[in-house]
Amino acid sequence: MGLDFNQETFRNDFTFRNSPKAIRRFPFPFHEDGYMYSVNLEPHVPGPKGSVFEHTFDVDEHYVAEMRDRALVLAEDPLRCQSLPHMTLAGWDLLELIMTSKARDYPHWFELHKQGDKWHWINKPLEIEQKFTFGDETTLPYGPMEYITRQTQGDFSLQDHRDDNLWMDAGMITTQADWSLDFDVGMSFHEWHAPVPLAHEKGIFDRALKFLLNLQLGAPVRRFNWTMTVDPLLDTSPETYPQWGPTRASLTPETIGKRMHLRVELQTLIRLPRSNAIAFPIRCYLIKFDELVTVPKWGRRLHRVIRDLPEELAVYKGFARNRPMMLDYLAQYDDGTPTSPGIWPD
Amino acid sequence: MPKTVFEPSIKSRPTYGVLEHRPGTAHLMVADAEGAQALLDLAHSAPPTLWTQAMIVYIPGRSGQQFTQALANLSPSQLHISPSYAAAQPRLHKILQTAHAGLQIYLAGTESLMGQAQAAAMAVGVPHRAVQMEHRGSLARRVQCVHCKGITENVTTDPFECSHCGLNLFVRDHYSRRIAAFQGVNIDAEDPGQVPPAVERFT
Ligand code: HEM
Repeated sequence: MGLDFNQETFRNDFTFRNSPKAIRRFPFPFHEDGYMYSVNLEPHVPGPKGSVFEHTFDVDEHYVAEMRDRALVLAEDPLRCQSLPHMTLAGWDLLELIMTSKARDYPHWFELHKQGDKWHWINKPLEIEQKFTFGDETTLPYGPMEYITRQTQGDFSLQDHRDDNLWMDAGMITTQADWSLDFDVGMSFHEWHAPVPLAHEKGIFDRALKFLLNLQLGAPVRRFNWTMTVDPLLDTSPETYPQWGPTRASLTPETIGKRMHLRVELQTLIRLPRSNAIAFPIRCYLIKFDELVTVPKWGRRLHRVIRDLPEELAVYKGFARNRPMMLDYLAQYDDGTPTSPGIWPD
Repeated sequence: MPKTVFEPSIKSRPTYGVLEHRPGTAHLMVADAEGAQALLDLAHSAPPTLWTQAMIVYIPGRSGQQFTQALANLSPSQLHISPSYAAAQPRLHKILQTAHAGLQIYLAGTESLMGQAQAAAMAVGVPHRAVQMEHRGSLARRVQCVHCKGITENVTTDPFECSHCGLNLFVRDHYSRRIAAFQGVNIDAEDPGQVPPAVERFT
């Protein structure tokens, strides 16, 4: 087991790093040399072997360390995990989805044995073994959503579907790009998206919501979102902003390559069977600039994307003040030659 | 036409209308300060029978005695004058908990009052549609510090100092109906000590 997963931290000494293999499979989010908001949804179908799309839920070398980090966040602030009373059934739906997917896709790490509603779950990497009764909360140490998302990389929010809208009524949010579950829980689709610039005016949220209200069981979709994070800090929450905010003002041309990270969220949208809720896993991948530019196509393209990005987006994503320094660094890796279409390395 | 005109804002920021009489079996009216005037204006168009089924909870605040007699003249079935929202809360919760499906709710006055009363109604499952709101009076905001979670009432300046943890916060338009508050975020997080002067924005 020890060989499969990195010993690393996402705080204090920040020993997080990507292996060469993890760099090659990094989900670089830009399929062309520019970026603007769009309704960028595609079917969440299995992708190339070894890629982050191969399985429903990607488990990678950072798994164990990420789960440790989540436990630390929750111990400091239990409000990062909330579920309104009517969301328990959706929590069981999510637990079933994750357990069945992982046991199917990673049988050497996870096992699920069922006899009627008596379930037996084995998670070898985290050394967890649990016998419980499906649907009976008293047989688990936490509610079903919290139980399973303490063992699954990525944030999760669960949306109740009612009144022709989606309501963010539950979530496990510890690796967020600067938004607060505690503040947003209970909001509708347009309300929680309210702070996003430009996209409302372009009708993106109207079209996205319409699409999601029609999302079918068994036909999940996915999209990318991205931002920038100084140091490999998973927990960039508004709650703790006074602690991590100063790092944004502390970059130098000498340190930017190892401290500035492209932060990519692989977001999937999955209809759940019993509750009719929509699960929204938000899986966060980090890569430092020094690692990213080892793929020449990505270095060239990132330079062009950051250079041409509208100022509103740079401000919203929180890197406007560092953009000139980022461009100085990235320009060294852009020789002006064309890039090939698509996200994969050449 | 609403009496208060707000700047265009983001989608989570509430908007307010003009109170109108709606058929119901009981009518709960909660108002503070100048919000009383919205109830008095409602009386122009509503049938007198509305008031025989009306329970009014009124928090005069800065309006003092100005409207209390006029409200009494409406002859509501109950008129409760309360010194603060906190003091009125137990009574409101009792009314909401024993409410029947035909209850109509009318809220008038400051955003803080309306937001809190709406959240209390939502918490006991009163449908959204049964709650009407009309803004009158002060634009002061109720703001939750996203860091310490403490709520500061009557915020008129931006930035302001959190009354709980003391951080200097800027006031966002992002609004939570569940908490009935705007969001306050540390303004000098990235450059500690660099706090711009407070500007009166919400009066
Ligand atoms: C139901 C699932 C979804 C949830 C729970 C969700 C949640 C969120 C949240 C909490 C934010 C941060 C807002 C803030 O600044 O406070 C956000 C940002 C955003 N969302 Fe969603 N979202 C969902 C689906 C979508 C979909 C389908 C789209 C497709 C167009 C979308 C597009 C965006 C965009 C463009 C941003 C701005 C991100 C950035 O620039 O960093 N979202 N979303």
